[in-house]
Order: sequence, then structure tokens, then C-alpha cells
Amino acid sequence: MRRRIVARPGAWVVWGLVTIFFVGLAGVIGSVVVNSFGVRWFDTWLPETYTTQWYGQAWTDFTLLPVLTVTLVVCLLVAGISVLIGVPAAYVLARRKFPGGRLLYLLFLLPILMPPITYGIPLATVLYKYGLAGHLSGVVLANLVPSVPFVILTMTPFIEQIDPAVERAARMCGARTRHVFGRILAPLLVPGILAASILVVVRTVGMFELTFLTAGPDSQTLVVALFYSMSAAGIRAQQSVDAMAVIYCVMMVILLVVALRFVNPTQLVARVKDDSE
Amino acid sequence: MTTSALALRHRLAERGIDPQLFLLVPATVFVIALFVYPFCYGIAVSLQPAQGGALAAYRAFFTDAYQRDTITTTLGIALPAALVNVLAAVPIAYRMRGKFRGKRLLTTVLVVPITLGTVLTAEGLLGFLGPTGWFNRALLSLGVIDQPVTLTHNYTGVFLSLIITGFPFAFLLVLSYLSGIDPSLERAAATLGAGWAQRFFRITLPLLAPGLATTFCLTFVLAFSVFPSAILVGDPTGSTRVISIAAYEAAYVRYDYAAASAAAIVMGVVELVVISVVLGLRSLLYTGSTAGGKG
Repeated sequence: MRRRIVARPGAWVVWGLVTIFFVGLAGVIGSVVVNSFGVRWFDTWLPETYTTQWYGQAWTDFTLLPVLTVTLVVCLLVAGISVLIGVPAAYVLARRKFPGGRLLYLLFLLPILMPPITYGIPLATVLYKYGLAGHLSGVVLANLVPSVPFVILTMTPFIEQIDPAVERAARMCGARTRHVFGRILAPLLVPGILAASILVVVRTVGMFELTFLTAGPDSQTLVVALFYSMSAAGIRAQQSVDAMAVIYCVMMVILLVVALRFVNPTQLVARVKDDSE
Repeated sequence: MTTSALALRHRLAERGIDPQLFLLVPATVFVIALFVYPFCYGIAVSLQPAQGGALAAYRAFFTDAYQRDTITTTLGIALPAALVNVLAAVPIAYRMRGKFRGKRLLTTVLVVPITLGTVLTAEGLLGFLGPTGWFNRALLSLGVIDQPVTLTHNYTGVFLSLIITGFPFAFLLVLSYLSGIDPSLERAAATLGAGWAQRFFRITLPLLAPGLATTFCLTFVLAFSVFPSAILVGDPTGSTRVISIAAYEAAYVRYDYAAASAAAIVMGVVELVVISVVLGLRSLLYTGSTAGGKG
């Protein structure tokens, strides 16, 4: 069923708001992109001439290759470990009622509800005490703190959607827990696990505070390197900072396009059949 | 398996205890080791300042207006931003809950700002809304204003950056809650003669309200922990000096870990108070199935 194009005033307001938002968004992204290609851009609509030298400069000045490698390694480790720890826990929380279950759920909820700075500062202190912070392991550990609960929270509704009768049927046929997991749940959960791990990767790439507090000079992720180069303005050319921001942005968009091939973002909380209309 | 062993397993299972609970162990150990322990450690550190009694760090925080006012500053940014995000998301998501061409593209584009992250958003806002940016330039050439409006390095800049990163997040959550509500409920109401407003306010909104409360909490958390944008597009020494800046300064500029932990814990407590108020209100609402019943 197609919707009518002609609409009531309410629809105009809604679409107007959306348009304003998108124009703003386009402006924000556009100014960064244009500036990263511009030679001199002071008091005109567009820069006088264009160049790609800022990208080369950003690549060498900020030593982007190691930074990108660190970002990638951190993301993969965080996503992998948090899925391994989180999915079994999400399964139990989704299926079982047991004494203290609600309390445990609250415990898993807390790291997401807390601002990263709040637990990041004590966490960084503890990690430094045990010599874990300042390099890669500290960054991974710190980023796992919100990621594991995030996986648990996003996976719980996915698991709840799977009809328990399927599992019961498998058990009736003599399957043990590991069989149920390996043969029944895992195939059904693959989209959910992919969705959760991609969201964890996206969150980790964007996670500024925790990485900022625990990273050493050779374990900065892209967003932290970007922050340092921005707050040290004047030392670096603005354009080359913008070039770095564009690289960051492109990386994120690629990640997203890949992600959206697997998941529909609107189906994370609840799933209804899409063809119900 | 003997009958008695089976009976024992059943009795334990009735109380909800069986070997499957071991699956919870890794996650629990992890959260306790990396979240609960550091948090308690932080509380302990905050109670052991270099000088003064156990509560000296907290006393210092609350007697120094420069530190104390960061609480109201943070709330003054985070509460309106979260409210605006959620309230704007509801009508837009409501209008877009059905199927239409380009919905997938629209949601994809809406996810982009989430991934931009605060740092890139800040950079873009500085360029776009700055005195010579496109926004001011457009207003100037349209003759709306005589001289550039200052939108960055103040409250507005931070607020806008929170809208840009927070709104898509709120929208996607609201949209997914909305698509979890069975459309046949509304159609049933329409069959019984309910108009648009009645259907929205008496069917959809009550079912959506718990989801809205959750969305508000999550958006509020995002807005509350505003840190990079408060430094980069804000006015970090004045109107947008949020708690996280105070905590960061104490830890990494003054190296006063007691004060930093105290500020971090005050921040956590303030946030938890707001969230528990919202979730307390949420528990008064209906939180059952949103699927259409068959019987």
C-alpha cells in the first residue's frame, strides 16, 4: 500500500523538521569535506582552489597507518570478546527466571547507564595501577566495559524472539546444551550477533572518553588522535585535521553500509513482520 | 537417569537454578572486575584526600561554586537536549512507521550522525556555524541578520552538537518501539470509529510510553556525558563547563585523584537520580505485550 503524497499540515511540519535536520547535517559534513580539499578558505562561499595534499600531509603527520591499525585491532578484539562473553549471558537472562536475576540485569545495565567519564577515571586509575593502561590491552579492557552489557542488552530481545518450543523440541530429541547452542541457536542468532558486533565496532570507533583516558602514545584510536590534533589547533593546519576527520568519516560510513546489509536498525528493539500491511 | 535424580533436578529447576546459569559467570566476573571494583576503588580514593577528613574532597566540590555549578550546567544542557530529541522523534517516527519508498535509505542516512561521533560533529559545527561559515553566510545574504550570529563556543554550539548526535539515536529507538506495536490494534480502533488523534493518544501513545521513557534515559546518558563537544564547540571555562570537564581537570591537570573521583561520583549520582526518577515513572505505566491478541 502506497501512502498518499499530499498530506495534512502535520505531515508538512514533520517533513520540514526532517529537512532542516538534514540540511544542517549536510552543512556540518559538507564544511569539513570541502575544507579538507581547499587551499585557502577564509571569507568566501567556497575555497579558491582545491588540492588533495592535506590528505597526504595528514597521512604522514599524524602517522595515520599505525593509528588506523590500532583502531582496527581494538575494534575487532572488543567486538569478538564482548560477543563471546555477552551472548551466553544474554541467553540465560532472556530465558531464565532465577533468584537475583533482576539484580544481575541491573548490574549489567549500570555500565551503559553511567557516563563513561564517571567510571572511566577510576577504571583508568585501576588499570594504571596494574600496569595495563597506556597500551593496547588497557584500551581494549576499558572499551569492553560498556560493550559487554551492550551486547547483552541488544541480544536479549533477539533471543526472546526465538520460540522456546524449538529448543524444547531439540531437547526432547536428546540435544545437550552445547548442541542446542551450536545447531539451533547459533544459526538463528547469526543476524543478531552480527548486528550487535557491528554496533559494538561502531561504538568503539566513536568511543572517545574511555580510549582517551587509557590510551598511551602508541595506542591511540582514530577519534583520540583526532581530538588531540584538534585541541592542539595552530600547530597543525586546520585542513589537514579536516582531512583526517574525513578519513574517519569515510571509514565509519563503509562500516555502516556493511552493517546495514545485515541489520535493519529499526528492528533492534522489537521485530514484527515487515509485510504486515 | 534415575527417578530421584530427575526429581532433584526438577526441584532445583523449579527455583530457577540449573547448570545453565554457569553461562552467566564470565559476564558477571567481567563486570565485577572491570566495573564494580574500579567504582568501589574510586569511592575509596575519593574518601582519602591528601588533606582534610574523609569527606574533604566532596566538601571542597560543593563549597567551591566553580565546581558546584557544573552540576546545574550539565543538567541545563543534558535535560533540554534529551527532551527535545525524544519529543521531536515521536511525531517523525509516528509518520514514518509504515512502509514507504526510501525508508531504508532514510534510516541509513539517519544513522550517519551517530557514527560521526562528537569530535567530528564538533569540527563540522565549527566550520558550518562559525562566523564565516555557510549558515551565517546564507542568513547574511538573505538579509535576515546584519552581522554573523555567534553559534559556536557557547551553549548553542554544544546543544546543537547534542541534537545532531542524539536525535538519530532517539529516532531509531522510537521507530523500533513503534514498529513493535501491532498495527492491527490501531486498525481495530479505526474500525470502531476512532479518529487520528484518538488512535494516537489512546492506543499508540500508552503502548509507546515505556519505550519513550527508556529512550529518554539513553539519550539523557549520551547528553549527560558530553565531554569532547563541550571542550571543542563549547565554552569550557564558562557556560558549558560540565562535570566531566571538572573531573577531567582534577585528574589530569591538577593530578588530584581524590577530587577527580569525587567529581566523577557526584556525576554518577546525579545521573542515576534523574534516571531512577524517569524509570520510577515508567514502572507506573503498562509494560506488557504490544502484540495484538488473538483471543
